[in-house]
Amino acid sequence: MSGVSFQNVQKSFGPVSVLRDVSLDIADGEFLTLLGPSGCGKSTLLRILAGLEAQDSGSVSIGGRGVDGVRPKRRDIAMVFQSYALYPHMTVAQNMALPLRMRRLSPWQRLPVFGRLLPGTKRAGGEIAAEVERTAKALGIGHLLERKPGQLSGGQRQRVAVGRAMVRHPAVFLMDEPLSNLDAKLRVQMRTEIKELHKRLGVTFIYVTHDQAEAMTLSDRVAVMLDGELLQVAPPQEIYADPSERRVAEFIGSPKINMLDGVVRERGLIDVAGSTLAVDIDRDQGAEVTLGIRPEAFHVADRSGPGALTGAVRFVEHMGSDLFVHLDMPGVAEPVIARLLAERAPQISAGQTLHLGVRPNRALAFTREGARIRPRVQWTPAAGATVTHLREYVQ
Amino acid sequence: MSAGHRLAPPAAIARHTLLLLTGALVMVPFVWMVSLSLKPPGEIFRTSFSLLPEEWHAIENYTKALTEVPLPRYMLNGVIISAAILVLQILVCAPAAYALAKLDFRGRDALFGLVLIGLLIPHQVLALPLFILGYNLDILNTYAALIFPFVVSPFGIFLFRQFFKSIPDDVVHAARLDGLSELAIVWKIMVPMAMPAVIAFSIFSVVSHWNDLFWPLIAVRSESLMPPPLGIMAFKNEEAGNDYGPLMAASTLVVLPLIVVFLAAQKWFVEGLGKGSVK
Ligand SMILES: Nc1ncnc2c1ncn2[C@@H]1O[C@H](COP(=O)(O)OP(=O)(O)OP(=O)(O)O)[C@@H](O)[C@H]1O
Ligand SMILES: [Mg+2]
Repeated sequence: MSGVSFQNVQKSFGPVSVLRDVSLDIADGEFLTLLGPSGCGKSTLLRILAGLEAQDSGSVSIGGRGVDGVRPKRRDIAMVFQSYALYPHMTVAQNMALPLRMRRLSPWQRLPVFGRLLPGTKRAGGEIAAEVERTAKALGIGHLLERKPGQLSGGQRQRVAVGRAMVRHPAVFLMDEPLSNLDAKLRVQMRTEIKELHKRLGVTFIYVTHDQAEAMTLSDRVAVMLDGELLQVAPPQEIYADPSERRVAEFIGSPKINMLDGVVRERGLIDVAGSTLAVDIDRDQGAEVTLGIRPEAFHVADRSGPGALTGAVRFVEHMGSDLFVHLDMPGVAEPVIARLLAERAPQISAGQTLHLGVRPNRALAFTREGARIRPRVQWTPAAGATVTHLREYVQ
Repeated sequence: MSAGHRLAPPAAIARHTLLLLTGALVMVPFVWMVSLSLKPPGEIFRTSFSLLPEEWHAIENYTKALTEVPLPRYMLNGVIISAAILVLQILVCAPAAYALAKLDFRGRDALFGLVLIGLLIPHQVLALPLFILGYNLDILNTYAALIFPFVVSPFGIFLFRQFFKSIPDDVVHAARLDGLSELAIVWKIMVPMAMPAVIAFSIFSVVSHWNDLFWPLIAVRSESLMPPPLGIMAFKNEEAGNDYGPLMAASTLVVLPLIVVFLAAQKWFVEGLGKGSVK
């Protein structure tokens, strides 16, 4: 059992509050992603879990055992660092062997020359070398063992860093933006490899990223973090389709979700952008709300009228299978972006007037302060539709 | 080293002339010293200038230098003292610098301030207090007296600290997770990564203590403890006269090991700088 649990963890550096009251439970064997913009405190949270930094208040436990004040090496945690943090003066083999040597050999046995003469050193050393080689082969870096990190490419260094973390079979695996230094193609490839690694090892993974696509494809659950606060922790589809508040909705998804201010006309109907949409929320007439509509929730409608929004096309971006249509709508300050399937959309050109329908249940309602207003009928993941959209968007 | 871009001939000539002139200026005293060490007494004070002697007197001069005073003994002392100082300095400076660069504790900045102050105080200022301290500890006229005042080097601490600071925190974090103790981090990670700084410091330390005259003059009396420069001085006083040939021969012999060591280390040095660390 090695789930991880944060209870009310707080941390500030001087006057800057970096983590505010973070509570999070992660199940044994789960793949959890911490997703948030740069500087929101993701790495700090990992460092606290690893024992490399002390929290100001709150507690952390691993496998049900409180680890506050426990030294990093006793926490049975391995970490792949954002910068890889390989030891430049050691070969790949030495880099990967170090955690094992530190654990399996006595201080005397680790001495440079003398250690080799002690009983057992040779056997233990041989075992370590064999394990390092096995791990390196599994990661496809078996031929690089005698090189120094300076002689490797970014992707190879990343694998070495993973290998160094993997060899000692930790109970919890922390990865801090391991793919951020790689090119787009390699990133996609490594993503798959990490997913497979998780399946193979079956241990708890906590993965940090500011790349939504990584978060969406890899995780069992995503924890969205902003300014040191956990906004929502949920499976990827849910984060995407049922955000708990406006900030989450705006952070997830690209292009960004459209936010349209509207007023409740009567129960279940909202006046927005010169038209009226049916949104099943429990708010009375006159209530001010904001509707969040994802670009891909639009479809082309043949005429204006209730249930459809009308706008003037500003310009069209062709993205292969999709079109991104930017429209001006009455009473909406920012252009609205609609993502339409190229084959379904007729010829669209700038200046034209376009009517857009919104798929049922895809308009998300928020208060003006940004809290979510849930529909009266409880949301259930309409699995098919949502997941297809996720896939599309993640590609 | 890459060849770099080629300069236009006039610029290249100007640059090389300047470099050669500066180089020559620095070299003159050494060349002169070697030249004198080859000449018989009569030629040394001659008004006419010549680099090579008319009559070679090298064997006589060098034999005299090696036999009339225990020059090998002085050199051995120099090796013992310089090596002991260097080893102890690194043993003290590296952990201290690590603490100042990578550990967070109350009063760290104040301590670093003290190191900076230590950097500003010339050693000569401390000679008298150190002499009295040595007297009270009853270590005057021993190797300890020659070694002990230099063991804590503010310059070494400062240099290492600056270098350690440039090593990313993540490397230290990784080492802690890998199970290294703080001291193991110093010796297995920080010092090897800071090799260029260690070598630069070693050259600086060995050269200055091999050549040191001021403190040995105060700290030791007995000839068997004298480091080379002090030995040579004793030589000069005893032999006196205008017999500079053997004196110059002794001086040449004394600086020779430094030059050899430096040339050997230089190769390393350039290599260490070239490789750099990995992000
Ligand atoms: N040792 C420190 N001293 C002072 N401030 C720090 C320290 N470490 C982190 N911070 C601050 O804490 C905040 C969160 O840092 P953290 O490294 O956790 O961000 P992050 O979410 O990992 O960002 P990124 O995606 O860029 O890696 C930042 O504003 C940073 O400036
Ligand atoms: Mg980070």
